[in-house]
Amino acid sequence: MDQALCSAALGKTLSDHPCEVLGEDLPFLSPAPAAPSQLNTVLLFSLQIFINNEWHDAVSKKTFPSINPATGEVICQVAEGDKADVDKAVKAAKAAFQLGSPWRRMDASHRGKLLNRLADLIERDRAYLAALETLDNGKPYSVSYLVDLDMVVKCLRYFAGWSDKFHGKTIPLDGDFFCYTRHEPVGVCGQIIPWNFPLLMQAWKLGPALATGNVVVMKVAEQTPLSALYVANLIKEAGFPPGVVNIIPGYGPTAGAAISSHMDIDKVAFTGSTEVGHLIQKAAAESNLKRVTLELGGKSPNIIMSDADMDWAVDQAHFALFFNQGQCCCAGSRTYVQEDIYHEFVERSVEKAKSRVVGNPFDFKTEQGPQVDEEQFKKILGYISTGKREGAKLLCGGNPAADRGYFIQPTVFGDVQDSMTIAREEIFGPVMQILKFKTIEEVIERANDSKYGLAAAVFTKDLDKANYVSQGLRAGTVWINCYDVFGAQAPFGGYKASGNGRELGEYGLEAYVEVKNVTIKIPQKNS
Amino acid sequence: MAGENEEKLNQNKIFINNEWHDSVSGKKFEVFNPANEEKICEVEEGDKADVDKAVKAARKAFELGSPWRTMDASERGRLLNKLADLVERDRLILATMEAIDGGKLFSTAYLMDLGACIKTLHYCAGWADKIHGRTVPMDGNFFTFTRHEPIGVCGQIIPWNFPLVMFIWKIAPALCCGNTVVVKPAEQTPLTALYMGSLIKEAGFPPGVVNIVPGFGPTAGAAISHHMDVDKVAFTGSTEVGKLIKEAAGKSNLKRVTLELGGKSPNIIFADADLDTAVEFAHIGLFYHQGQCCIAGSRIFVEEPIYDEFVRRSIERAKKYTLGNPLLPGVQQGPQIDKEQFQKILELIESGKKEGAKLECGGGPWGDKGYFIQPTVFSNVTDDMRIAKEEIFGPVQQIMKFKTIDEVIKRANNTTYGLAAAVFTKDIDKALTFAAALQAGTVWVNCYSAMSAQCPFGGFKMSGNGREMGEYGLHEYTEVKTVTIKIPQKNS
Repeated sequence: MDQALCSAALGKTLSDHPCEVLGEDLPFLSPAPAAPSQLNTVLLFSLQIFINNEWHDAVSKKTFPSINPATGEVICQVAEGDKADVDKAVKAAKAAFQLGSPWRRMDASHRGKLLNRLADLIERDRAYLAALETLDNGKPYSVSYLVDLDMVVKCLRYFAGWSDKFHGKTIPLDGDFFCYTRHEPVGVCGQIIPWNFPLLMQAWKLGPALATGNVVVMKVAEQTPLSALYVANLIKEAGFPPGVVNIIPGYGPTAGAAISSHMDIDKVAFTGSTEVGHLIQKAAAESNLKRVTLELGGKSPNIIMSDADMDWAVDQAHFALFFNQGQCCCAGSRTYVQEDIYHEFVERSVEKAKSRVVGNPFDFKTEQGPQVDEEQFKKILGYISTGKREGAKLLCGGNPAADRGYFIQPTVFGDVQDSMTIAREEIFGPVMQILKFKTIEEVIERANDSKYGLAAAVFTKDLDKANYVSQGLRAGTVWINCYDVFGAQAPFGGYKASGNGRELGEYGLEAYVEVKNVTIKIPQKNS
Repeated sequence: MAGENEEKLNQNKIFINNEWHDSVSGKKFEVFNPANEEKICEVEEGDKADVDKAVKAARKAFELGSPWRTMDASERGRLLNKLADLVERDRLILATMEAIDGGKLFSTAYLMDLGACIKTLHYCAGWADKIHGRTVPMDGNFFTFTRHEPIGVCGQIIPWNFPLVMFIWKIAPALCCGNTVVVKPAEQTPLTALYMGSLIKEAGFPPGVVNIVPGFGPTAGAAISHHMDVDKVAFTGSTEVGKLIKEAAGKSNLKRVTLELGGKSPNIIFADADLDTAVEFAHIGLFYHQGQCCIAGSRIFVEEPIYDEFVRRSIERAKKYTLGNPLLPGVQQGPQIDKEQFQKILELIESGKKEGAKLECGGGPWGDKGYFIQPTVFSNVTDDMRIAKEEIFGPVQQIMKFKTIDEVIKRANNTTYGLAAAVFTKDIDKALTFAAALQAGTVWVNCYSAMSAQCPFGGFKMSGNGREMGEYGLHEYTEVKTVTIKIPQKNS
């Protein structure tokens, strides 16, 4: 199947009929186009709870709607998981993790083989998954297809490769002993994922957990459950034993809270807001001291020195803020520009923001889709109004961009001061803050003056400045002369209130193993 | 379609830059089927001039800025995974070719050899983008990091006992780390290596990354080990030739050397072992692939109390053999690889008889065509006999008696070899004592020949230098560069 042709055809179909079915030859599809009210029959894969490789209604029988943010309309109803469903899932996961189970006895290399197979299947259904992602989240289809899906496949393949390579050690202990460590799976892992990169966040969580032999109970975001549920089918098709991966659509305060306070879950991993991160860590402490890793919010500083390549810096700073409709935990939402180039930089940034194309995410010309839901939409508009009120200079945008759906105009504020709300709080929308600075020492201090510490960047041609700044910034990722560069090979995570622990890379495996020290008495130790 | 098949059947030429070349000299050599001594085909005979061409191509493919050097590490991994898929697709062809060319039982070639090839490729594919350098907290105002770079052009000389597996063991870690290679397959068994050339091209490896030059040791092999533009040589074969390779490396450009050589591996059976299991493992540990394994457990030390029973059961086991055409089901033992090996083994068998070992069964050739030797068992073997000291590389099992732990440790280690060893016991203290005491690169407890891509493999002493497979195997294909940058002020 020619992927390019398929995507183009899909794109055309989808931009004409955004709520309708997606192509004819792909699995789990109904060929009949449908009006929005008949959509439940169109998405023929199960929109239920996935436990033990089977589909279940919620114990309560309740459902909730998933909304298309480009139109505000309901796509379909999805089973609403709550505590009772989490209990069922945890039971299934525990059984799959028992000593002697198929999953526990499986060759580590075979776990890798299954992960590679899952990557193959996602690649096979790439166009469909990208379309689902765009329908549910609002991100442009071209980006879902080329960026999100590409990274998902690469992430799974990366961790597939680690399965049989995460070595314990043999250790020269004092005394007549033979000592070694086993890197055992932690056990039942609760994983709560967000709505900004639904498929990618699912892959970031499943990859390391499954590579190291854990079992998973995953709660997907209520705003964007569809693509993750489709992947559940592929997990079964790839051959993972029942109970190894369980997926529950549902809400945070119910299903999410049930996970973080569950007495039989060994570890919880959460990506989302810092506010909810606090709740998760509290619940973990109050229940069974389950291990916790968190990927939270950010207010990442992007520092532009006067010797930076101006064109490139403007381009990258724009991308750093506006990518994914501004809905990135690591968005460069404080752009510090050195005095001498400030005016030109601001002028060019405004020009660039004004030319950003906002529209139907299935249209290939579109660069920016809608925000994910009404709550975010209102919150962002609220921040814009606060910005104006507190005296920041609104240079462009500032309003909704359409009368249907959650579209917001690309917005730029100049003359922003560190004390302003828009300079301190995470907006998570297409709103750029540009601030002025004089010296390198000053800007490092101001950049670090935040409760967050997820990412940062510096643009400069000078070797010494680059090294000095990258050392000084208290952030989990520092980009130099680039932004938002990710790879499955490189660890990602936050300092301070941006999170605990690292995901991706070899470091990403550490949170998913429990180290067991085995010490055996021997007659005589020899080196 | 027809073009593709022609391409694949073109594998009797020299593979350079993803193309097939005649030998510069015009010479060819013959490849034989050891089961019936008949010629299979002729293959272009590579010599120094062809090695020079191949090295030039490999050097070019390794240039800074080349497609191979600028490729994402993860993409190298993807190509290796693709190659594994292609090997799996052509598993039947490759297994058949291996059986005919190498005298290997078809069922073994298909299940074991090809299985290992596919798994090894997948294993090494996974490492490609996980080869980490370090950042290092150096004293002073410096930012220091290491790059784990590929070494460069790697010469790889492989043997005839596991032609395809050895080919994969060599190229997989080398390519995973970003090197380019010039491979010389054994003159007895070049066919599957050359077939791999067509798969390497199909998988999408850039031209010059893998080059394959069939030929002989003293000509093509020596050209590689002496070459001034080859950065590293890896050799698997006899200790005798291993010494020549290391010498040549020293004489020429001090190229890095790794060697996987011979062995005379001790297999120690205690009275508290599970006797049936021990007999079976000891048997397979010696007789697998007609005894042509570097790890063959060719000195079996049995604790006195169970010695007679062990010998009796081993003889019984060795007698149950059907020899014949290795392609046929129901055949358990194929031929030795060639006349030279055949004669060497028979000579050693005669020495055993002459020096006073007790011939329990076998002891001579079998059949009137092909290099077949009867499964042979010697008991009452003493350490000073030639059959107890020299590597036989044939279906000849030596069983000796021992009394105490200290004695058998000394006797087991009393050899210039040190490739593998095993101990059979239920006792935890004994097991762990031997794990430490035996001077061997691999020690098996209550098993033999258990190998897998994740485990490092190699020899102590004259069984070799360096390790293959596992993470350790990558070290041999990496050159570490330290980069130290002056910075205005260092902060932790």
